Amino acid sequence: MRFRAKIVDLACLNHFSRVINTIAKLARICTLRLTVSKLYFILSDKVANGGVGMWCELNQGNFFDEFQMEGVAAEHNEIYLELVPENLSRALKTAQNAKAVKMKLTNKHCPCLRVAVELPSLSSSSRIVTHDIPVGVIPRRLWNDFKEPSVPDFDVSIYLPVLKTMKSIVERMKNLSNSIMIEANLNGEMNLKVETDLVCVTTHFKDLGNPSWALEDGCQSSQDRDPETMAEARIDIRKLQQLLAGQQVNPTKALCNIVSKRIVHFILLHEDVSLQYFIPALT
Amino acid sequence: MPLSAQPASSAEQYVLSASLDNARHLSSLLRAVHFQDHATCFATANGLRVTVEDAKCIQANAFIQAEIFQEFAVQEQTVTFRINLAVLLDCLTIFGTSSLPGTSTALKMCYRGYGYPLMLFLEEGGVVTVCKINTQEPEDLLDFNFCSTKVVNKIILQSEGLRKAFAELDMTSEVMQITMSPDKPYFRLSTFGNAGSAHLDYCKDSDLIEAFHCNQTQTNRYKISLLKPSTKALALSCKVSIRTDAQGFLSLQYMIRNEDGQICFVEYYCCPDENITEEM
Repeated sequence: MRFRAKIVDLACLNHFSRVINTIAKLARICTLRLTVSKLYFILSDKVANGGVGMWCELNQGNFFDEFQMEGVAAEHNEIYLELVPENLSRALKTAQNAKAVKMKLTNKHCPCLRVAVELPSLSSSSRIVTHDIPVGVIPRRLWNDFKEPSVPDFDVSIYLPVLKTMKSIVERMKNLSNSIMIEANLNGEMNLKVETDLVCVTTHFKDLGNPSWALEDGCQSSQDRDPETMAEARIDIRKLQQLLAGQQVNPTKALCNIVSKRIVHFILLHEDVSLQYFIPALT
Repeated sequence: MPLSAQPASSAEQYVLSASLDNARHLSSLLRAVHFQDHATCFATANGLRVTVEDAKCIQANAFIQAEIFQEFAVQEQTVTFRINLAVLLDCLTIFGTSSLPGTSTALKMCYRGYGYPLMLFLEEGGVVTVCKINTQEPEDLLDFNFCSTKVVNKIILQSEGLRKAFAELDMTSEVMQITMSPDKPYFRLSTFGNAGSAHLDYCKDSDLIEAFHCNQTQTNRYKISLLKPSTKALALSCKVSIRTDAQGFLSLQYMIRNEDGQICFVEYYCCPDENITEEM
C-alpha cells in the first residue's frame, strides 16, 4: 500500500484547501478513499452521525501535479483511510503561500498521512513544515460500508435558491427552532418553515426550476405527479446550516431531492468536485 | 403568501398596519435597545415606541415616528402588546444583516389586536418571508417622569466624544460615576476597578460639547452593567444628551440618523446606584 502526491500549483492548492475546509465543517471523522483517478470523502449514514450521509468526489488530476497510488492488492487497487478532516484542514492552512505540498502515507509508529509544506525562504535551503496526521487503515472486509449511496426514489427534485440567501435565512431560523421543514413541488416552488410555540416563520421561493432526471428505462418518474403538491421533510436545522455554512464557493449546480417524510438529498456540483449530502427526516 | 396577494381592505381588519421600504430603519433601532428579550410595543398615530426594562432600574425606549414609515395606520388610540424582542429581530433580519448597497428588505407589519400574533411580511429580491410572532399581555412599566422642568444638569455632546470612553469602560468597576458641575471638572466619567480608578474629564469649552447647562454640582453613580448596553445606541448616534434630575436619575437621549438621513431617537433612563450618595 503506497500513496504519494504533490501539488505545486498555488491555485490548485487553494482550491484543494477549500474543499477540505468544507469537508471539515461537515464531518468530524470521515473516510478517505483513494483510487487511481479519484479521491472520495465519505461519511456513511450511521446512527452515530445522526443518520447524515456524505459523498464527495474529486478528480485527482484536477488538483495534483503528481499522484501515485498502490492499493491493498492488485485486484483491489484502492486505499480506504479513516481520518479527522480538521487535521488536514489545519495542516493546509500553513500552505497558503507554499511552493509545494507533498502528501505521503507513512507507517513509522502508526499509520499517518504526512503532509510536507515547502514554504518560500530567503536562504538557499527551503523551509519545510511537516504535519503527521494519524489515520486509520480500513480493512478490505469493511469496504462495503462505504459504497456510493444510490439516488433515492424521490418525490420532488428542485434546484436550490441562491445559497447565500438560503444560508442567511437558515442561520436566523436556527435561532428560533431546532428543526426546519423543507417543502418543494414540481412548479419550482420551495418553502422553508420553522414553527414553535412562540413564532412561525415561512420563506417562499419561486421559479427555482426542477431538474429533469432520465431514469434507466428512459422515462421520468415524476410525470404523473401533480405539480402543485409539495413533498416535505422536517430535518435538523443544524445539519442544514452546517452544509450551507461550509460552502465557500458558489456551486455550478445546486439541487435537492426530497423523499417526503424520509430524507433530503442535496447535490452540489462544482467544476472539479461533486458533493452529495443526505439529511434524514426527523421522526 | 406574497405581499401582492394581501386583501386590499387589510387596513380595516388590523388595529396596526405599517409598511417600511427598508426594514433596517426599524431593526437597527431595536438592536440599540435589545438588552432583554422582552419588549413592550406602543403604537399611536405618532408612531412606534418600543420599551425594554431591566431590574426596575433601567429603561430603554426606541422611537420610530410615523413619518419614517411609508404607511402607518393605527385604529385605536394606543395599541400595546409585549413581544419577544430577540425573535422579532431575527425575523426582521431574516435575509441577513449585512447591508449591501442597493438592496434592502421591504417590511409590512400587521396586528389584529389583543390576543393576536404580530404578522410580518418581509421581501427581498423576490423572496417573501412571512412571520407570525405571538404577543403577550403588556406589563406595567416604570415611569421615570423625566420632564424638562425637573432637569438639574444637561449636557449635549457629539457622540464620537463618548464612544471611545464607553467602549473602553473598565468593566471590573461596579459603577460608573458621572460628575456634572458648573465648575471644574465640569463633566467627568469615573470608574473604580481592580486596577484602580480612572477619570475622564471633558472641558465645557471642548468642541465636542454642543450645549452645557449645569446649575449644580452633582455626582451620581450608576451600575455599570446596566449602562453598558447603551453603548449600542451610542454607536449608532450622532449626538447624545445627558440629563440628571434632583434625585440623580439619569436620562441619556441619543439622536440617530438612519440610512436615508431621517432622525430617530433612543433614550435610556437609569436609577442612581443606591449604595452611594456622595456629593463632592
